[in-house]
Amino acid sequence: MAKNKKETQEQIQFTPSGTGIRTNGQIVRSTELPSPTKKKHKSLGLSEEDVVDMFHQMYLQRRFEERAMQMYQKGKFGGFLHLYMGQEAISTGTVYALNDDDDIITAYRDHGWGLVRGVSPKEGMAELYGKVTGCSRGKGGSMHFANVEEHFWGGHGIVGGHIPLGSGIAFANKYKQNDRVTACFLGDGAVDQGVLHEVLNMSQNWGLPCIYAVENNGYAMGTAVHRHSVGEIYERAHGYGMKNAVINGMDVFTVYEKMKEIAEDVRENSMPWFIEIRTYRYRGHSMSDPMKYRTKEELKEYEKLDPIERIKNYLLDNDILEQDEIDEIQDTVEDTVMEAIDFAEESDFPEKDDLYKDVFVEDDYPFHT
Amino acid sequence: MAELQFREAIRAAIDEEMAQDEGIFVMGEEVAEYDGAYKVTEGLLDKYGPKRMIDTPISELGFAGIGIGAAMNGLRPIVEFMTFNFAVLAADQIINHASKVRYMTGGQVEVPIVFRGPNASAGQLSATHSVAYDAMYAHFPGLKVIYTSEPEDAKGLLKSAIRDDNPVLFMESEQMYGLKGEVSEEEDFTIPIGKGKVKREGSDVTVVAHGKMYHVAKQAAQQLAKEDVEVEIIDPRTVKPLDIEMIVKSIKKTNRCVIVDESHPFGGLAGEVGYLIQREAFDYLDAPVQRVTLPDTSAPFAKNLFDEWLPSANEVIDAVNTVTYRK
Repeated sequence: MAKNKKETQEQIQFTPSGTGIRTNGQIVRSTELPSPTKKKHKSLGLSEEDVVDMFHQMYLQRRFEERAMQMYQKGKFGGFLHLYMGQEAISTGTVYALNDDDDIITAYRDHGWGLVRGVSPKEGMAELYGKVTGCSRGKGGSMHFANVEEHFWGGHGIVGGHIPLGSGIAFANKYKQNDRVTACFLGDGAVDQGVLHEVLNMSQNWGLPCIYAVENNGYAMGTAVHRHSVGEIYERAHGYGMKNAVINGMDVFTVYEKMKEIAEDVRENSMPWFIEIRTYRYRGHSMSDPMKYRTKEELKEYEKLDPIERIKNYLLDNDILEQDEIDEIQDTVEDTVMEAIDFAEESDFPEKDDLYKDVFVEDDYPFHT
Repeated sequence: MAELQFREAIRAAIDEEMAQDEGIFVMGEEVAEYDGAYKVTEGLLDKYGPKRMIDTPISELGFAGIGIGAAMNGLRPIVEFMTFNFAVLAADQIINHASKVRYMTGGQVEVPIVFRGPNASAGQLSATHSVAYDAMYAHFPGLKVIYTSEPEDAKGLLKSAIRDDNPVLFMESEQMYGLKGEVSEEEDFTIPIGKGKVKREGSDVTVVAHGKMYHVAKQAAQQLAKEDVEVEIIDPRTVKPLDIEMIVKSIKKTNRCVIVDESHPFGGLAGEVGYLIQREAFDYLDAPVQRVTLPDTSAPFAKNLFDEWLPSANEVIDAVNTVTYRK
């Protein structure tokens, strides 16, 4: 008995086995991806123009961030920069699936969401630069893109902090009976926050028209999902009796199809869903992340599933576009992004007086000094 | 005028505002079926129904945040905390979200929400149920903070808070809910946020006291009047924005000041008011400003220690004696 206890003591370790390359050299994906939809665009109700536009939108998000990363590395702007690269099928598929007046809120990895929800590349880049022409007038920066007019309620910087806000937006929609659906996106790290439990409990109890969508990209900052969270993420819904699904987030058609079905169900029944969208981020958690927690081989495995390459190949394979037309779109996007950089560089910083604006509704509030 | 209990005055404010704006709803623990833990919301479920009177689970962080999201999306929630001692669990939502979302989105979002409930100590509730949070929340830009002392202030200020487009923390005291006072019955009676009141005129010393401490100051002033010391009591009513002009004006008259504050001394309201007084009225002071606060300890349970812990009228009298060099 004593011997066994001693052995156990020696074996005690609080870090469960991670993911990626295992000792046997086998590549294990951080998350197992469910199969993508087999449906083609027509049976999904998408026109050829829609598919082209989806490609355009996704490529814009990618190129915008690649250039933003370059500018950040050149020291053109500061702050955090959490890149969305690899996850673009989720933002694009969702925005296509939802109505224009459905509400979307997300966490700090928000550039893609902003761009596909009406933040122009110019306003987005200017926000990164902290310029007054930015979507949040230079007050929010990378983590706080917002376009409330277009029902994009912004990126939020406290992990899990925006989950009740999304639920409150859904609460107000139910109160007003306006049939709007709220999509509240969070990262896999946020599922470990206690507030998620509080909110899922209330949301199911009150029948809030809200989709809680976890973008499981395999890592909460640098901690692989199996090291930070027990069980399967989508299974947490079971404890609340909440409808749930696991979705392949590397395929825009799949995201579109599933989000459309789920949104329709939410709209009809006013009951929430909890979904896990499995995906992968190509870059570090933020620009300061050396990514020592994963291997190049793992990254390469996922890059084979790249959502933008996938839709590009679909366009070519189905004779929707020729290669030169793809090139043309890519050139146009490149021009758009470069114009956005010029715009950001040439824009003014906010006036010093702007420091005191937007704290309170009143302009003449007696601020303490 | 009508004589109302403090809780009735608050209820009247909520009722009158709910009657004229469909977007106002009340959310919190036991606010509906139970008729309110302190009966503040009694009868409102019958009148407004379960859509507008919403019982929550004991999940302060979650329901505070749902209220904030609902305010962002066009409603005007009144979120009741059974006490602000429990609202610490919701501090992330109030401090990190309600106060900041307007600023960080460049003015795109308004958060017209009221968080209300009892603040500070009640009888012998020991360490976790006796903390005053007004100064803590007032520390954060974007929040307005009110801690009222009398039924009429409660009604007028709560109506203003509900109509305000900023997040407002409205604090009460469970020990004052039964307190009666004359309350205006005027249609559309409101009191502007940020305006203090001279609650007692006097020429010898200014005592600044808000919330429950107003009543301690009043008791001290009555005692001192017997000794021919006339105390002027200023109740700032609103902690933020603070009516420092009214305080300074009074000090220019009396030349002496005592601040009575139910917070702990370090970083509390008394320190801020004391600083502002020396900046604005240094040349008018005939004595250093004194403060009467809680000691820098948590609340004890034992009756004798608890009484010692709370600011008392005797401590206020001692402080007045110090600034007037009487004793």
